[in-house]
Amino acid sequence: MDSMLIYKALLTVGVFAVSLGIAAYLTWGERKLAAILQDRVGPDRAGPFGLLQPLADGVKMLMKEEMIPTKANKWLFIFGPSFFMLTACMTGAVIPWGSGITVDGVVYPLQVTDINIGLLYLLGVVSIGVYGIMIGGWSSNNKYSLLGALRASSQMISYEVAMGLALIALTMITGTLSLGEISKQQDAGLANVVYQPLGFLIFIICAFAETNRAPFDLPESESELVGGYHTEYSSMKLGFFLFAEYINMFISSAVMATLYFGGYNFPFQHELGLEGNTLAIIQTSVLFIKIAIFIFVFMWVRWTLPRFRYDQLMNLGWKVLLPLAIANIFITGIVMWAMGKLN
Amino acid sequence: MALTNRSKQVAVRELTFMERLYLPAIIKGMMITLSHIFKRTPTVKYPDQIREMAPVYRGQHVLKRDEAGAERCTACGLCAVACPAEAITMESAERKKGEENLYREEKYARIYEINMLRCIFCGLCEEACPKEAIFLTDRIVPSSFTRGEEIFGKDLLVEAMNERIDVSKRQRPEVLEFKKDKRHLHNLTYQDARPKTTAHH
Repeated sequence: MDSMLIYKALLTVGVFAVSLGIAAYLTWGERKLAAILQDRVGPDRAGPFGLLQPLADGVKMLMKEEMIPTKANKWLFIFGPSFFMLTACMTGAVIPWGSGITVDGVVYPLQVTDINIGLLYLLGVVSIGVYGIMIGGWSSNNKYSLLGALRASSQMISYEVAMGLALIALTMITGTLSLGEISKQQDAGLANVVYQPLGFLIFIICAFAETNRAPFDLPESESELVGGYHTEYSSMKLGFFLFAEYINMFISSAVMATLYFGGYNFPFQHELGLEGNTLAIIQTSVLFIKIAIFIFVFMWVRWTLPRFRYDQLMNLGWKVLLPLAIANIFITGIVMWAMGKLN
Repeated sequence: MALTNRSKQVAVRELTFMERLYLPAIIKGMMITLSHIFKRTPTVKYPDQIREMAPVYRGQHVLKRDEAGAERCTACGLCAVACPAEAITMESAERKKGEENLYREEKYARIYEINMLRCIFCGLCEEACPKEAIFLTDRIVPSSFTRGEEIFGKDLLVEAMNERIDVSKRQRPEVLEFKKDKRHLHNLTYQDARPKTTAHH
């Protein structure tokens, strides 16, 4: 039991390190992809292909002068980005990164904790994440920051409703809230996106909104609100806000891959004739490829679509996505009833 | 009449259901951005990679020396007269005995300055020059922090003997032919020009 405890601690640190490392390289990837989509070169000065750019950015961020406005609430001002970062990192705990590695007959699961309310935990942590933005923006004592923070909170609340309802339709099929269980079910059957295409569409739109990515980046909106909630932030506190956005993007890609696209499973995985650990490693790599594809979509959308107007954002959330999500639940229920799956 | 057949009549109308879905339009837009992944980046990484100059590029001027290394310029001032931007100033001096290896003609430019901020790089000085002394090259005029540094004197304009500047691109056959043409007064040598001008008056 002790070895399991040490393993879990190591896995936690590992998941932390991987999400932070990936988030760091996503800043590079985002700039590079933006450049490619716009026929530019992108960062290429630091190291080969600009691969040391995240390091240079990090050093720059740390070396910058720390500014705390005189009229700002100092404690809350520091608490905001810290909390945002904390919640961003916490979500990685329930995601199954692989099926588990067997050493000396003991199965070491590649999931920090498979709690039976994994989905609920995920939604909970994501929704308290907005407090980081709200507290940060409000404590800055700046009108732009406050507006950005208000936008962030109303946007998060609006889209969380549709997201939750999309997940209700999913749980009607899976019958469980545990992410490990959902992954295993998709090994036996088809990926959930086949049964829930509309649910997935609603979920991905809401995921864009929840991570404050374009076209839903109204809380930041450089052109209207200077920097939105992080107008007054500088140095690493600003870095935390920007960095946490990339962690959120990584985690929501992982969640989408797990919930709708079969998680670590891939087609014909049992026909390859591979034994336990090799298969587990391939499965984990497959999950990361799926995550990479979703991250690409995130960035691709950002560099294609312009930002929504605020009323359009609210209309889409409440008048389109919410009714669609409710309709999706009804359709799912009716189809399940017709197929005799209700018990 | 329309110049192209690309113009479209614009009308305010209700969006159709497909248009209100937005998704087809979004996918169309995303395909456009996706197609740019496969396009070539036109960027030239300047200090590492220098773009090839056009053969007719007119950049920083050079004051040529002849084969023996004597300055060709005789300070006639025709370039300054031809200059539409009035960027050229000069002061002449008489060649002393023993300076024949330095200056080709009996008169030379003691001071020769081109204000690179005024110059429009039209090349009229080069066209006006009867002595093949001034040429525009494919070199880019370097930037500077002060205006004064942009007034180039003889130290920057006259070519060094150990690193001569190739102006063969500017001495194309047509140019040489043009320079031979005696109808253009400035192409005449001093001795040729004198009797003709006096004959007119």
